[in-house]
Amino acid sequence: MLNIILIAFCILTVGSALWVLWTKNVLHAAFALLLTFLGVAALYVMAGADFLGITQILVYVGGILVLLIFGIMLTNQAGNKEGGKNMILTENLNRFWGILIAGGFFGLLFYTFTQAGFQEVEQQHFGEISNHSSTIQITGIQLMTDYVLPFEIVGVLLMIALVGASFLASKNE
Amino acid sequence: MLTDFGYILLFIITGIVFCFVILFVGKLLRPSRPNEEKLSTYESGEAPEGNANVRFNIRFYVIALIFVLFEVELVFLFPWATVFGNKHLIEVTNGLWGWFALAEMLIFVGTLALGLAYAWVKGHLEWVRPKIQTQDFTSKVPANLYENINKKYEK
Repeated sequence: MLNIILIAFCILTVGSALWVLWTKNVLHAAFALLLTFLGVAALYVMAGADFLGITQILVYVGGILVLLIFGIMLTNQAGNKEGGKNMILTENLNRFWGILIAGGFFGLLFYTFTQAGFQEVEQQHFGEISNHSSTIQITGIQLMTDYVLPFEIVGVLLMIALVGASFLASKNE
Repeated sequence: MLTDFGYILLFIITGIVFCFVILFVGKLLRPSRPNEEKLSTYESGEAPEGNANVRFNIRFYVIALIFVLFEVELVFLFPWATVFGNKHLIEVTNGLWGWFALAEMLIFVGTLALGLAYAWVKGHLEWVRPKIQTQDFTSKVPANLYENINKKYEK
């Protein structure tokens, strides 16, 4: 049962990612990306990282994708208004090099992950992580003890991003 | 943990199936007699004009950017909130844990509030409003003459 669900989510993720690549309408690509993000979130959950999955839905589906769609809606579409439709269309260029580089990356990562043996490393160094409890409390305790300085630096980084984004977006006045 | 997410998956599947079932039942029940007025886009009773894909105000983008940043902050707040009041940890550390966690989070939120205050003071959050056109025309006829005429024809 679990295997069937896992395969279904894999197909959803890969299929919608291929849709993003193949579609010419940018808005359709954004909507397909929604399915990809949801599939990736489900894969995170099935790998035992529940908090990461929720974060994926919150930040990527709820935030980044809205930002992307806003970006599409803000784009000046004056050149596309003939014929009653003003979609933003793209074309595929440099297919050969694109496929070559993507395939190369895939091969490299696949080789690395098969050689690494993450489960053995995890058992030797960290002890077995239980699959039945939520990871969120462990994350919280780690955030407040071992990683408290990175946590505060993240706060500063977010502040810089906030100031910079609002400054850049309102420069044209 | 996975069973809990199984319930969520069931809810999602039920939601999708429910949508299709309702639409299908509606298609079975309703009479289908379309005409040109029915098929046109509803635009508050006016005749629709132009395309729906208009260009949006750039301000939406700023708001969305700030929203994303505060959402990331919320993601950090969430694991903190589950362990902040942990009784065992507070007892072990003699109450220090709660104060430490609270102080750390206040610094974190305060840093971001500082950024928000900066953006606010600098006016980056201001919405672009259309300018109200005022006329600088001054009449040479004094206002009380009009009042006299109004009084004359009051009844």
